[in-house]
Amino acid sequence: MIATETDTYQIEHARFREEQSSIVSTWLRELRERGLNRFTELGIPTTRDEEWRFTNIAPLLKKPFKVADGATLVGSQIDELVQQAALDDDFHRLVFVNGRLAEQWSVLHELPPGVVVESLAESIRQNPDSIERRLTADAELEHSAFLALNTAFIEDGANISVPDGVAVDRPIHLIFLSVNDEPSVSHPHNIVSLGKNSRATIVESYLGVEGTAYFTNAVTEIELGDSADLDHHKLQQEQPNALHVATTRVRQQSGSKFRSHYFSFGGDLARNELNCQLDGEGIECMLNGLYMPTGDQLMDCRTRIDHAQPHCNSFELYKGILDDRAKGVFNGKIYVHQDAQKTDAKQSNQAILLSDDAVIDTKPQLEIYADDVRCTHGATVGALDEQALYYLRSRGIPADFARTMLIFAFANDVVQSVEVPAVRRHLESILLAERGLPDA
Amino acid sequence: MLEIKNLHARSDDTEILRGINLQVSAGEVHAIMGPNGSGKSTLAHVLAGREDYEVTEGEVLYQGKDLLEMEIEERAANGLFMAYQYPVEIPGVSNKYFLKAAMNSLRKYHKQPLIDTMDFLALLKEKMKLLGMEKNMMERSVNEGFSGGEKKRNEILQMAMLQPKLAVLDETDSGLDIDALRIVADGVNTLRSPERAIIVVTHYQRLLDYIVPDKVHVLAEGRIARSGDKSLALELEANGYAFLETCSA
Repeated sequence: MIATETDTYQIEHARFREEQSSIVSTWLRELRERGLNRFTELGIPTTRDEEWRFTNIAPLLKKPFKVADGATLVGSQIDELVQQAALDDDFHRLVFVNGRLAEQWSVLHELPPGVVVESLAESIRQNPDSIERRLTADAELEHSAFLALNTAFIEDGANISVPDGVAVDRPIHLIFLSVNDEPSVSHPHNIVSLGKNSRATIVESYLGVEGTAYFTNAVTEIELGDSADLDHHKLQQEQPNALHVATTRVRQQSGSKFRSHYFSFGGDLARNELNCQLDGEGIECMLNGLYMPTGDQLMDCRTRIDHAQPHCNSFELYKGILDDRAKGVFNGKIYVHQDAQKTDAKQSNQAILLSDDAVIDTKPQLEIYADDVRCTHGATVGALDEQALYYLRSRGIPADFARTMLIFAFANDVVQSVEVPAVRRHLESILLAERGLPDA
Repeated sequence: MLEIKNLHARSDDTEILRGINLQVSAGEVHAIMGPNGSGKSTLAHVLAGREDYEVTEGEVLYQGKDLLEMEIEERAANGLFMAYQYPVEIPGVSNKYFLKAAMNSLRKYHKQPLIDTMDFLALLKEKMKLLGMEKNMMERSVNEGFSGGEKKRNEILQMAMLQPKLAVLDETDSGLDIDALRIVADGVNTLRSPERAIIVVTHYQRLLDYIVPDKVHVLAEGRIARSGDKSLALELEANGYAFLETCSA
């Protein structure tokens, strides 16, 4: 069974290999082969796999998704999507269409000396050695079939590199668009390196054209040097018939700060894995998330924080708002390794179900091997507060409006934790548009 | 203004109101007193429309209309206001947004233009000053982390902003020190007018020193056991609710 399911990808990979045979260096070809072999070994996960117990992705992957070529691009559709995704003209912006950089929609303002913001494909051409080191180092393919699949098709994505002591003030906005007329897949692969004492803000947006089904299988690999500071945002606004699978891996060195803001709105099935390895002392790691599935959407949010060294803090708050027949999955792992004394880890997942048919599976997992630590976790699932609804209505506020206010209020702390005003305003406007909350 | 006839209501399987009859005219202030569990708060919530209570018998006419047929928000839009004994905390909704949303909801209901933001802020500032409220309370979430006294003032502030025709104050005096009590009572008294009616639900006579009622009713076991003028409140203060036992016997 599994063999036949991965067959599509084997065929697709053969075509991809053929297409790229003249332009690709040996190491990249080998890396891709390793990816494909690993993917074939692992197979597409089924619900028998503990990590995929609540997320039945295999049937959705039966569609023959093809690696999209550039031939089907329609300029006006892209214009429209870029406009929809754009947050601020002051941001540096790289636009990727079907996983490949589209220069005509990308804008880079002046960057501080030494800072690299470019396409991975370009970096591979210009600096094959350093990219080879980085990609091969990242390629311990672990147990993730989708990570392996991404490696098998690795071609483009963003390469962001900030040297020691440099701050990039303007946010760097990466926009990933899927624009196709037949079922297609893209495998963007982003690498981010922040040197010692450097600072940057990154926003990843994922969108697509309505109509055709598509599959985004994204990977972002982040390295933060000593005392580096990264404010990371991801806005998942895929089309309703999209499949979105993403893995973000973060490795943090001493004194670094990582703040993640994940917002999940779109897709038929959206799965986001965020793994943070805290490899030094005095690290701060904050993971905030908001997922709002409606209709028959499934949103699976997984986080893993590895406290490997002493004196690190992690703070995690995920909120879910589920309506109709939507399904949510939250899995938050925190590993406190033996050496990680004085760890302070807080995790909270709160979900509200707006309908009787909505379902959430929530699973906090704490594994603690150090004895002098403070770790707390909590998960709550409930409905909208009836008392609060009554209170608002008894002041003349109509029931629908009152409900909307309470939903907005529930999401508010996650939204307000976003420090970039243009991103926060964008999120507020999505929430307002989605729920029709008037400006009182 | 308000006519309650033979009102019976229950929560789950417990009958709480067992035939209330009460008539309140415009311009009047009525006090409803009674021991704990007599049904005072239930009466207030049945009027406001809380869905936890089921009305099994009787009717309530408000301005000639069947109140029990109206939605909660419709009652409010028609000028009914209840000041809660336990105001609800709503994290994430600012007090200012909430108040403006409430005012504009009433205006929309009556097909009036929405309030201008500057006018709203000016009015708010004026009313808050009267109630001795800190400015920052408007930016804070509705009732969240407010002290008991702050919550009660916030109720009266809402009342002052919404200018109801019939205000029902449910144990507004509970948890208030004497200074706060005076401020809250002043807020209520400014609302007194020939077009409005006020029902003060209270366990103690104390509040009635400041909000002097035209009529006092004593509720016991879901019925009005006695009615009188303000001297009845004083009598209760002196003798307690002990007389009720002889009444119901």
